[in-house]
Amino acid sequence: MSKRIDVSDLNVYYSKFRAVEDVNIKIDAKSVTAFIGPSGCGKSTFLRTLNRMHEVIPGATVEGKVLLDGDNLYDAGVDPVTVRSQIGMVFQRPNPFPTMSIRDNVLAGVKLNARRIGKSDADDLVESSLRGANLWNEVKDRLDKPGSGLSGGQQQRLCIARTIAVKPQVILMDEPCSALDPISTLAIEDLINEMKNDYTVVIVTHNMQQAARVSDKTAFFNIAGTGKPGKLIEFDETATIFNNPSVKATEDYVSGRFG
Amino acid sequence: MSTTTLTPTPTPTRRNRLSKGRLPRWAIPAVGLAALILGAAGSTLGGFSVASFLIYAALLFVVGATLATTAVEGRRQGTNSFFKYLVVGAFLLALIPLVSVLYTVLERGLPGMTSDFLFHSMNGMTGAVDNETVAAGTPVLGGAYHAVVGTLLITLCSTVISVPVGMLAAIYLVEYGQGKMLSRGITFFVDVMTGIPSIVAGLFAAALFGLMFGPSTRMGIVAAVALSVLMIPTVVRSTEEMLKIVPNELREASYALGVRKWRTITKVVIPTAISGIASGVTLAIARVIGETAPILVTAGLANSINFNVFSNWMATLPTFIYYQILNPTSPTNIDPSAQRAWAAALLLIIMVMVLNLGARLIARIFSPKTGR
Ligand SMILES: Nc1ncnc2c1ncn2[C@@H]1O[C@H](COP(=O)(O)OP(=O)(O)OP(=O)(O)O)[C@@H](O)[C@H]1O
Ligand SMILES: [Mg+2]
Repeated sequence: MSKRIDVSDLNVYYSKFRAVEDVNIKIDAKSVTAFIGPSGCGKSTFLRTLNRMHEVIPGATVEGKVLLDGDNLYDAGVDPVTVRSQIGMVFQRPNPFPTMSIRDNVLAGVKLNARRIGKSDADDLVESSLRGANLWNEVKDRLDKPGSGLSGGQQQRLCIARTIAVKPQVILMDEPCSALDPISTLAIEDLINEMKNDYTVVIVTHNMQQAARVSDKTAFFNIAGTGKPGKLIEFDETATIFNNPSVKATEDYVSGRFG
Repeated sequence: MSTTTLTPTPTPTRRNRLSKGRLPRWAIPAVGLAALILGAAGSTLGGFSVASFLIYAALLFVVGATLATTAVEGRRQGTNSFFKYLVVGAFLLALIPLVSVLYTVLERGLPGMTSDFLFHSMNGMTGAVDNETVAAGTPVLGGAYHAVVGTLLITLCSTVISVPVGMLAAIYLVEYGQGKMLSRGITFFVDVMTGIPSIVAGLFAAALFGLMFGPSTRMGIVAAVALSVLMIPTVVRSTEEMLKIVPNELREASYALGVRKWRTITKVVIPTAISGIASGVTLAIARVIGETAPILVTAGLANSINFNVFSNWMATLPTFIYYQILNPTSPTNIDPSAQRAWAAALLLIIMVMVLNLGARLIARIFSPKTGR
């Protein structure tokens, strides 16, 4: 239940502006890959091209190839909806659906697509997804209460539960802990560690310790200056990136001597 | 009042250096009382009237209270209270017409609210009948049942026409048409339509149906089309505003779950905005339910009950009122007609109020749930 991603020669544009230039990267199945880099270097932009969320923005375009186990996401005739049901995404700010209960939030991917699901199957799916997101014990008594009544950290885990309920191959996370306290952050990091048994996980983070703690491999992105496109500078084992990087800019960045 | 009691200070009598002078509690009511008395005295000088008394008292109160506050609490507090009283005054002023309209309509309309009025039409009511009831002093006969039926049917039809059209147009504008020529065109024409005088809408509908079914085709559905012309822009505008404030994050969350755009719109975006949309629609209905002119030129006027919007003339409450006042049933005894007109006005206000309450209820039911 997890697939690898191979990106080749990817350029990402907002209308005329090239935000990300020439990325080549191979993301292994069942591993955690972290993207780090200064603000505005295109981490979110690049991440969103991996499940075709980028093109939701008017004027946004992509050049190049993204292969999911060998199949190009950007081939003509590929339906972005299919891609997104295989590659899920967790956003920086928790965004549960405000009109839905906790239970319905977890089932959103199923219900919104009008797939039929029996009551007991739905119950099982809710429980397993919430357990998967380490949230079950906190909410099992109030599944019918609105999802927006949870704390920020709980909401973020609810969003993760919602994402794993559609059983994706890959989960993309854009700074999932940036709005959370250290304890919720820890809960989510533990979760990411467990998730790599089943999924391919890609996480954007500004927190070096977090990248070091959770990821197997780390990609460092950088930008030459404002208005210039972001580039992938170095991609390697996390330990190598943090202890023994081969590029000077990476070393400066991870040791905090950036800029 | 000026010492803090939370922490025991070594010298409890010491004045808190952060606090300033404060008016005692009774000061403002006292100023108010004095203003009332002085206002009464002042207004009797030039011949007493309630209006001049209130104006004098209000002015005296604002000046007095401001001066008192300035003297004791300082300039900033004085200015603050001056504007506070001005704002409250403006609010009361705005309330006057509202309350007096309600009061007048209640006072004159209530006596006419008989079961005869509610459940009978004007069918067979002639001047002679009115003359007789006035002469005999018996309750007024004849009522607005036909007009109530007409109002409800015509408004319902126009709602059924305008809500889908208006909502779909708004969905196109917000979700599909961003920045396209077509959407800019629609926005422009919606703005123009908002300003169309209602009689023009009536003439348009009359002419349209005249072309299709021969001149002077008058029936309920023509009026409904005329009202739709007035309603659609309001529905489009309010729905558009409501859809725009649905956070993009929710749409993206839905897309990221592999949900199609159309289902995202119907299952996520619209439910999130539904309470605002519902109140927008209600406001649009409330706006057209009181239209008179476009009804007259499209549905004509009727004295008997007509449940069929696709044939024959129809009356609505506004046209009923209009004719009862302008063309009393009995030219010599106009009181019964005036009573019917006021009762119909009251009924119309009640209908609009019920609509508003209904919208609130809908908003309450559909609005995003909060709390744990
Ligand atoms: N919707 C958009 N339209 C146009 N340009 C955009 C848009 N979103 C981002 N950009 C630009 O693309 C570049 C990369 O932005 P991106 O959000 O990917 O950065 P990031 O690495 O995620 O930064 P951060 O760490 O602050 O989240 C920036 O120059 C940004 O201004
Ligand atoms: Mg970002």
